[in-house]
Amino acid sequence: MLKLDRVSKVYRVGTFGGKELHAVSDVSFEVEKGQVVSLIGESGSGKSTIGKMILRLISATSGAIYFEGTDIAKLDGPALKEYYRRVQGVFQDPFSSYNPIFKADRIFSMVHDEFFPHAGAREWNDRVEAALQAVGLNPAHVLNKFPHQLSGGQLQRFLIARALLLDIRFLVADEIISMLDASTRIDVLNLVADLKARGLSVLFVTHDLSLGYYISERALILYRGRVVEMGATDKIYSHPLHPYTQMLMASVPRLDRRWEQTEAELQGRPVESLAGCPYFDRCPLADKGLGCARERPALVEGEKDHAVACFAVGKG
Amino acid sequence: MSLRVENLSVYYQTLRGDVRALEDASFTVEDGEIMGLAGESGCGKTTLGHSLITLAPPMRLVHGRVTLDGEPLPIADMEAMNEFRFKKVSIIPQYAMNALNPTRKIGKMTQELLRSRHVDYQAILPELKRRLDLVRLSHDVLDMYPIELSGGMKQRMVMVLSSLMNPSLLIADEITSALDVSSQKAVVEMLVEFRNRECCNKAIVITHDISILYQIADTIMVMYAGQLAEKAPTDTIIHGPRHPYTKLLIGALPEIGVKYTEKKLRGIPGSPPLLLDPPAGCRFRERCPVAFEKCLQVPPFVEVARGHSIACWRESGADAQA
Repeated sequence: MLKLDRVSKVYRVGTFGGKELHAVSDVSFEVEKGQVVSLIGESGSGKSTIGKMILRLISATSGAIYFEGTDIAKLDGPALKEYYRRVQGVFQDPFSSYNPIFKADRIFSMVHDEFFPHAGAREWNDRVEAALQAVGLNPAHVLNKFPHQLSGGQLQRFLIARALLLDIRFLVADEIISMLDASTRIDVLNLVADLKARGLSVLFVTHDLSLGYYISERALILYRGRVVEMGATDKIYSHPLHPYTQMLMASVPRLDRRWEQTEAELQGRPVESLAGCPYFDRCPLADKGLGCARERPALVEGEKDHAVACFAVGKG
Repeated sequence: MSLRVENLSVYYQTLRGDVRALEDASFTVEDGEIMGLAGESGCGKTTLGHSLITLAPPMRLVHGRVTLDGEPLPIADMEAMNEFRFKKVSIIPQYAMNALNPTRKIGKMTQELLRSRHVDYQAILPELKRRLDLVRLSHDVLDMYPIELSGGMKQRMVMVLSSLMNPSLLIADEITSALDVSSQKAVVEMLVEFRNRECCNKAIVITHDISILYQIADTIMVMYAGQLAEKAPTDTIIHGPRHPYTKLLIGALPEIGVKYTEKKLRGIPGSPPLLLDPPAGCRFRERCPVAFEKCLQVPPFVEVARGHSIACWRESGADAQA
């Protein structure tokens, strides 16, 4: 349903834009209907950039993104509006997603004015209430309030309700629960799972591995803009192949067991060499004989539904 | 020798009245103990941490007494606290990224900081370098500007600065929340290392992330809406909590190995009360599944087992004793 084909994003940085920063390089994956796919990575791994490219907030430098067979970069005018009817995003910070001087439900009337100008007031109100109930909010409690009168969890659910008013098929959820408290975040997470049951596809962008496991059936691990491992969530989590994924798994604080007495790896030197493996400088398995420094490993399917980009483990 | 806090209440003064952010907190942190302080945003955990070092307006001490190593700590007196700050009590602030002066090289900034505290920089330089080795920062950082360091490196630099005088009490306020998982692990393990090498005697680690505390803390104290809910050794809090809030909170944490299709976790319905005019009695009452009439009175924070204190009528009240 959504397909990314060798998508890259290069930013020009430096005083006069003389340097290049490869935020995302050569990322390809597909999201099927009714699937939740997690994009997992640390800060700077390019996970949000991918989400923004899908929402067409920024354009891809090379490669193409297809939604139901059409290249989204070529959409404009009414076709683009149709696209936004089907694809919507919810972002990390619910507080800055609203204009504080207007009431929070203005987001619903804006959807009305933009997308459904012919819907009558009563019919529209019914639809807003239905959408709010679908996200577990009581319309009487939350309508007609300013953003500061609602909690973070409520605001975040408002934004999801707004997306539901449209005829959406695909939701980009960019770190939607990282700013919420432990007691409310799980409710928003369950809501995303319920959306999936309604046939929606979700791209769930997160840095928290346990959340990714809880909700998704497929996962992609990103490192410095490249996919280092992808496949079925169970397989990645039960036996991570890439040394980076293994390090991530070992570093996650868990409640069922304590950290092993291994040294946490610190950030390596920033290497801007495009040729080699992005993880070369931190990798315990890196070996010159394998050509990690010179050549970039491609994603190789080690087993069914589980691919890894590493010379040391991919070939073996 | 320990930190003893007795009946500490701290309110914020606002135009609409007092915000009762910390109410009647009594607890002890023993020597060598790393106490984790957990709770949702707005539960008063940062207020508690800050009141032990800078109790500045609009914060106001209502009542309470703090004793550090047998000496009373004059927390309400900003001037008198200067004797203790940095040397006896020190804090690693939230957002350490912004704690370093961007216009000074880090070494220069350290010199200025030490001079303001009447400490000789040259005398302490060897120790400073040892500490940098401990957190695996190169000595070159002293000649660098903060902008040249990554977030995790800045966080480690601030840790070194905060603990340089071997404070008796080190307060770490959300030191991991802005970091990636791999640097998170490095930073909190260094904190434990600091304690083991007696760079600090005891520590209070404030965080909303209980799974981090499970890795490093000796004891965990859970707060809710300005009141203490439960304090116990880490394993007891995680595996055998007794306060209903702690139970629900632990139950709401997703873990690796839990999928929503197999085990659907549940959040806590409702939201915390406003502290401007909090409800009388137990503040968790409204959201509590086991609340009863007695909860209209404030439950005392009492020890129910060795090292396990709890504020709940169900667990410690008359019916529990009967």
